[in-house]
Amino acid sequence: MIKFIKRFYVALILLIMYAPVAVLMVFSFNDSKLPIWKGFTFKWYENLANDMSIQQSFVYTIIIAVVSSLIATAIGTLAAMGIHQMKGYKRNLMLNITYIPLLSPDIVIGISLMMLFNVLHIPFGLPTLIISHITFSTPYVILSIMPKLKQMNFNVYEAALDLGATPWYAFRKVILPEIMPGVIAGLFIAFTLSIDDFVVSFFNTGAGVDTLPIKIYAMARKGLTQQLMPFQQLCL
Amino acid sequence: MNKKSLAYPYVIWAGIFIIVPLLLIVYFSFFVDGQFTFQNYTKFMEDYYIKAMGKSISLAFISTTICLLLAYPLAMVLNGKDISNRGVILLLIILPMWMNSLLRTYAWANLLENNGVINNVLAALNLPTVKFLYGDGGVIFGMVYNFFPFMVLPIYNALAKIDKGLIEAAYDLGANDITTFRKVILPLSMPGVVTGIIMVFMPALTTFLITRLLGGGKVMLIGNIIEEQFTRTGDLGFGSAVSMILMIIVLITLAFMSRKGTLDEEGGLF
Amino acid sequence: MKKLTKRILSAGLVGMMTLAMAGCGNSAPNGQVVVYNWGEFIDPQVNKMFTQETGIKVVYSEYANNEEMYAKVEPGNVSYDVIFPSDYMVEKMINKGILEKLDFSKIPNYENIDVRFENLPYDPNNEYSIPYMWGTVGIVYNKKMVSEPVDSWDILWDSKYKDQILMYDSERDSLMVALKKLGYSMNTRDEKQLEEAKNLLIEQAPLVLSYVGDEGKNKMVNEEAVFMVSYAGDAMIMLSENPDLEFVIPKEGSNFYVDTMVMPKNATNKDNAYAYMNFLCRPDIAAMNAKEIGYSTPISAAREQLDDEIKNNPVAYPSEEVTNADNMEMFNDPSDVIGTYSSIWTQVKASNN
Repeated sequence: MIKFIKRFYVALILLIMYAPVAVLMVFSFNDSKLPIWKGFTFKWYENLANDMSIQQSFVYTIIIAVVSSLIATAIGTLAAMGIHQMKGYKRNLMLNITYIPLLSPDIVIGISLMMLFNVLHIPFGLPTLIISHITFSTPYVILSIMPKLKQMNFNVYEAALDLGATPWYAFRKVILPEIMPGVIAGLFIAFTLSIDDFVVSFFNTGAGVDTLPIKIYAMARKGLTQQLMPFQQLCL
Repeated sequence: MNKKSLAYPYVIWAGIFIIVPLLLIVYFSFFVDGQFTFQNYTKFMEDYYIKAMGKSISLAFISTTICLLLAYPLAMVLNGKDISNRGVILLLIILPMWMNSLLRTYAWANLLENNGVINNVLAALNLPTVKFLYGDGGVIFGMVYNFFPFMVLPIYNALAKIDKGLIEAAYDLGANDITTFRKVILPLSMPGVVTGIIMVFMPALTTFLITRLLGGGKVMLIGNIIEEQFTRTGDLGFGSAVSMILMIIVLITLAFMSRKGTLDEEGGLF
Repeated sequence: MKKLTKRILSAGLVGMMTLAMAGCGNSAPNGQVVVYNWGEFIDPQVNKMFTQETGIKVVYSEYANNEEMYAKVEPGNVSYDVIFPSDYMVEKMINKGILEKLDFSKIPNYENIDVRFENLPYDPNNEYSIPYMWGTVGIVYNKKMVSEPVDSWDILWDSKYKDQILMYDSERDSLMVALKKLGYSMNTRDEKQLEEAKNLLIEQAPLVLSYVGDEGKNKMVNEEAVFMVSYAGDAMIMLSENPDLEFVIPKEGSNFYVDTMVMPKNATNKDNAYAYMNFLCRPDIAAMNAKEIGYSTPISAAREQLDDEIKNNPVAYPSEEVTNADNMEMFNDPSDVIGTYSSIWTQVKASNN
């Protein structure tokens, strides 16, 4: 009996989480703009496939996610190793600064960067989007690598150096394999954060550079239900 | 090689893109046309802004509580032995986190309209229709739905880490289920609970999107007020001041929640 | 391990290259024109035709309201070539000195614009702007669900229709409704009148189902509500999708507006911008746009090309008698009351907190 209740509870929560996805999947084939079944159609998918601006925003989203997550991972990996070596107030200061983007509301990150670009007269566009994405994702990279560094034994690295390895060789052969899971996790997190970000992008995008979430928001605001439904399926 | 220097690119980056922007917010909130002033802050003291802040806090609090009440039992069930293929279920719960949150929220808005799918089904079954959207209810629902996985995951991780021996020892020493839960499981899962609360409360407190999509424009939260200053009114000073106030509230909440260490490098996040 | 590093590096390179290409993506032979327009305010086909005919690439983005556009344009670090502000926003941008005086010799098609849209108060000497679309604000209602005649803003305060009313999520449009209902000018700066209007809107708040933007159109078509304050252009779209809907300009008067094309001073592709504006003034193109978006074109030759039920429709093309009535007004530059407007609006929306 208790077992049944437990299973029922899990099933119920999964149902609530996936009900809209399922219903929308059905309605994405509906030949009507209204939520009343009129007939089967692929036209919303065709619309999507034919809409150049959506394809373009998809390309931008990918470019931004790839570039920003790679740069964030590079900067973040180096930073994690550097911070790991730091001691005392410097270390605490750096860690606290790293927590700022993690803990401040999206909207504050978005507007503060927007004001920075305005003050410096940096034109909004792809570069500002990439910069802002790197800014909010690097801390996640750092924080996913730090625990791995903590676990590893640095004497091995010293030993490698003593045995004549160059620092770069020792880094590649000793440190990198140890922290690789953290680096990969960081890269993954940075990539997903970038793909999914709406708020920060919204304030820092420029002429003609829309990411997918911005496009989706614009369409949702117009109430373009049907045009949106295929997205739902594709994003799954 | 001085390995600390490895952090320099990040130090420079953080300086320009984290610290300077924050200082800009501070500057704009205190200076109007180059003159130092508190006017942006005194403006916030109007009762309707305070009310909006109160509403933000109370809606975030309610959503967090609902998330916690739903997520804790779920995490326990998933940790128990009555559930087969728990990996799959866990994956199903986390999966939406990687889906576009806008789309998911919008999907619900669509289903919950007065004339939407759910009400059409209710009407077809001769049941009374329900006004889900256009108000606090819709917003709370949206928050819970969006942030629920962020509550489940840390609690699940914390529960999974508990040494099963401790629980058995409690039973051996004569504790019943409730005592074991109260004295052993709950305290040991606390770090996960705290992380979960932070992960839900913070975004709920600051959202402007969920209100926009599910509140029917009738719910005014602090995030909406900030957004409005930047996209409509063009009052950067006031917008900055409200952002500052929001940041301070966030920091106070964090300090209160995580007295020490829970959000440290090994917090239940990853 | 080596492999992985290599892969990451090459992925990075590819990313950078794509980035560089996207950065200078002027693949079109004659450069580009950067256009910033309202959402759903053009026939997408038109941009394609423009590129085909002129070889100029159209970099196109959209905004949801005048203020959002202004917030992006005003700091000056994005340079747009053609923008589509409404009347009062044109006045504001002229006052701020961010608009370029147009060289009308480069826009020969300007002569197609009807005389009644020249020298309007926002641009009294016709120097900065070209009318693009125009219309009025009124009430769209579902005649199936209302038995009494709808001819006054008062009906939006009738408690019988609780949760059946959609208002625009815009302080200006909502204040216009309240001020007109009170019999005042919608451009009033009188604090007492504004206070009265505010109280009226707070009184109305519990009856309102939702304060909507563009999504309101679908809600009306979907019969989610009975009344909606709406622009005539949007009304045309709704009426065509749901025959039970009607549009009326209330007897107390309303807003008569013109959306225009302008060029900011910091535009970088000025000649292309002229070519684009000239293109949109061509009657066949203007007709395509008017047909697609439902708004009314200020070009009679374009109107002639529309279907009969559109070109003779009093919703889209009310007579000059209607638009010139004393109680039909245009907004003027709101810079001096924008703070008051915003605080009124916050109070209205926070009133049910």
